[in-house]
Amino acid sequence: MAAVRQDLASALPGVSAAAPPRPPVTIVPLRGLPIVVVVIALLIASIAADWRWAINFFHVAGGGLWTGIDLFVGLIVGPILGRMSVPARVEFSTRFMPKMLLIMPTLVTITLASGWQLAHDLGLLDSGYYRHGWVVASFIVVGVMAVIAIGILEPANLAVLFELKKPQPDGELIGRLMRRFVYTAAITGLMQVATLVIMTRLAI
Amino acid sequence: MTTGGPAQSGAIAPSGRRLPPVATVAVASMALVLTGGIYLASYLPGRPALGPAVGLLAAAGVLLLANVVLLGRVQEFAWGQFFQVGRWVLLGYGVIAGMLEYVFVLDGTRGTPLVLMTLMLAVFAVDIPVLLAFSVARYQAADPTAEGTAPGRS
Repeated sequence: MAAVRQDLASALPGVSAAAPPRPPVTIVPLRGLPIVVVVIALLIASIAADWRWAINFFHVAGGGLWTGIDLFVGLIVGPILGRMSVPARVEFSTRFMPKMLLIMPTLVTITLASGWQLAHDLGLLDSGYYRHGWVVASFIVVGVMAVIAIGILEPANLAVLFELKKPQPDGELIGRLMRRFVYTAAITGLMQVATLVIMTRLAI
Repeated sequence: MTTGGPAQSGAIAPSGRRLPPVATVAVASMALVLTGGIYLASYLPGRPALGPAVGLLAAAGVLLLANVVLLGRVQEFAWGQFFQVGRWVLLGYGVIAGMLEYVFVLDGTRGTPLVLMTLMLAVFAVDIPVLLAFSVARYQAADPTAEGTAPGRS
């Protein structure tokens, strides 16, 4: 453990040998996988059985959590993280990023799949629907968010995790990638507000 | 430096060697299939003119193939990490794409639009593993066993 501390101390400026031990780095928290499997199985069962309440629940709960987490991480956690010391950022990232790697794709999948099914059941996908323009607008917003999230946010998340696994992680690289993660989370969070506007327009 | 997201035209590996713009090309390909998917979905349950969707899918496919070629020409790369990440991401996004395909079929999408949607999902499900695997491997030291060549190259 002392050796790890010494490695970190030599790798990251501002880290003393007395710094707290770095927690072991896990890329995917395996203990969370059964929960993901159960959630996805319930979603598939709800869609197959056309269980309207459950589909609605998945869409509202998934969408609410997705929006809330994006906004919270981007606008609250991000600025705090930016002011933390590099070792503190490393320790936070080590514990935080693996969880995000499991939570966010699951939330996105259940929100989109249940949302599509709900829109289909309610006839909102029909191009003759009088507010069809709003539905198409939601497709576009989700498409742009997907490009940002998958193209920038998720690669940064993964790259940080693999950097943290190195015996001597590059603190500057981690800081840069974390900033990218937080900024893109903030952008997608703000775009989620546009989604909220669209969804509430459709709900009237 | 090693900075740069997909918007960057190229990256520099830890070895100092410049890498091709694989991430940028993958994001462009992904954006094209998403645009095609939105175009098709916005006309449901009707059938839109399929030309734009076919064009977008073809362009995305060409970019995906270009990425394979670019990757095949990369030397001194962390191929072990690339394939380690790529396999798991392929599994994850395979599940997501399968989920979406299931919903399309369940909702009665049939014929050419279904074929196009399926191919778009296939491109999407391959693009993302390439993007994420490259994004990780580019910051890793090259495999000592790679001897400067990509897998399958002599």
